[in-house]
Amino acid sequence: MATAYDIAIKQEQSEKDGIAPVIAVENLRKTFGSHMVLNGISLSVNRGETLAVLGRSGTGKSVLLRIIIGLETPDSGSVCIHGQNIVGLAIDRMGEIRKKMGFLFQHAALYDSLTVAENVAFPLVHHRKEMSRSERGERVNQLLAEVGMKGDFGKMPSDISGGMQKRVGLARALALEPEILLLDEPTAGLDPISSGEIDDLILKLQRERKMASVVVTHDLHSAKTIANRLALLDQGNVVIEGTFEDLQQSNIGFVEDFLKLS
Amino acid sequence: MSNSGSIAVPAINPPHSGRRTELLSTAANSAAGLVEGFFEWFGNLGIFFWQVLRAAVTPPYEWRELIRQLDEVGSKSFPVVVMAGSAIGVIISLEARYSLSRFGAKSMFPATLVYSVIQVMGPIITGLVVSGRVGAGIGAELASMKVTEQIDAIEASAINPYRLLAATRILACILMLPLLTLVSDACGLLMGWFAQTLVEPLSFHQFIQDGFKGATFNTFLPQTFKTAVYGLIIGLIASFQGMRTRGGAEGVGRAATNSVVLASLFVILADVVLVKFILVVFP
Repeated sequence: MATAYDIAIKQEQSEKDGIAPVIAVENLRKTFGSHMVLNGISLSVNRGETLAVLGRSGTGKSVLLRIIIGLETPDSGSVCIHGQNIVGLAIDRMGEIRKKMGFLFQHAALYDSLTVAENVAFPLVHHRKEMSRSERGERVNQLLAEVGMKGDFGKMPSDISGGMQKRVGLARALALEPEILLLDEPTAGLDPISSGEIDDLILKLQRERKMASVVVTHDLHSAKTIANRLALLDQGNVVIEGTFEDLQQSNIGFVEDFLKLS
Repeated sequence: MSNSGSIAVPAINPPHSGRRTELLSTAANSAAGLVEGFFEWFGNLGIFFWQVLRAAVTPPYEWRELIRQLDEVGSKSFPVVVMAGSAIGVIISLEARYSLSRFGAKSMFPATLVYSVIQVMGPIITGLVVSGRVGAGIGAELASMKVTEQIDAIEASAINPYRLLAATRILACILMLPLLTLVSDACGLLMGWFAQTLVEPLSFHQFIQDGFKGATFNTFLPQTFKTAVYGLIIGLIASFQGMRTRGGAEGVGRAATNSVVLASLFVILADVVLVKFILVVFP
């Protein structure tokens, strides 16, 4: 009989071969009161792949991301991370899975009482206890350099701009070297130059780390730049899923309108 | 066809009965909603307490955050507890001297002051002062973290927020309340004696000897250590109110206010139960 270890090894090999998805969302439903936000969504993301989730405001894009990382519980459906269904897992068990995931919040969600460097060091302090203080400092400097924030390690989050906060949030999300990266509106509220810089940064990270990523965005240009596949959501359903060219060739009215107005 | 010969039958129901029924129904629904809300709040508090308890007793332990919270709750409440304790000592001293003089029982002054401060006023005043300062602080801090998604960010970083944020704060309140009560009691006695001495000189040695005559540890220790329960109430309610906040700046304000009001109310209610319990268990 195969042990849990054998199953995990087999799953990892299948993910590397591109046979098994790293993230598999099946028939996900979520309502808030009487409002149906997700109505039976199914999506999957393979290793080294970036899926951009697009759609109008309030169509449940961020809720989908929060369900994938276990911050919200779906009404029904399953979310498998590395082959394991995470729906209903206890908080500490979920913590083990979250160590393999990085999450960039829409407003960065930096800890406002900690400096930029302390924010990035936060996951390391809690999960890399074997690291010495100097090793941790080195790793934080390396992460901040990676996102172009090396000179700002002593600043407080309130003293830096929104774009810089997102960079720091990204550095924090990368601290534990995740296999899965979830980005909630990484370019929202940024000027075109900062947006472009964030996109370049995400592309660079994808090339170097081969993570499975889900990016929720309104920004079609950004989605086209950073994603291999796009999924367009409307009224809790996936209207279309495919490459940017697939979306362009679609004759679905909503897709045409979305592309025309974006 | 009109029935011209028949007599019109007056309506059985008065014209306003429909409206009255509607009002009664609305009132009944509101009352039901209030009762439901009351039980829902207690149910959620119970679930929250269970989650915190489970997180607190399983590793990893957040020692660093606990020490930070001990400083936040203990050291930073020190000045306000000293002032409140001193004021209570002076007030009791003034009142007791006046009342005892009227009944010709001035010799009872030291014992009256000692028992009033240590058994009654010291613990409850410390509980209320800490509930105001610390309860509002914890409620507002956690609520602000909640609405800015910082608590979600902690959870997304694979850290249990019940362990890091709630358990450490509650434990700090439980540990620091008895110590702050001792400080408050000491200040109350010292200032009470000082206020008395200004009017009628009394040596401190004599004051302590008369005040504690016949007292045992059972007389004072349960009264002091019952404040650990106040600490549990303050930490638990403030953390609960903070971590379930919704709705921006208004939500933060509401969480801070509710933390103070509910924590103070439950401290007073707990005192009623604890006084009776101590009288029965430590007669």
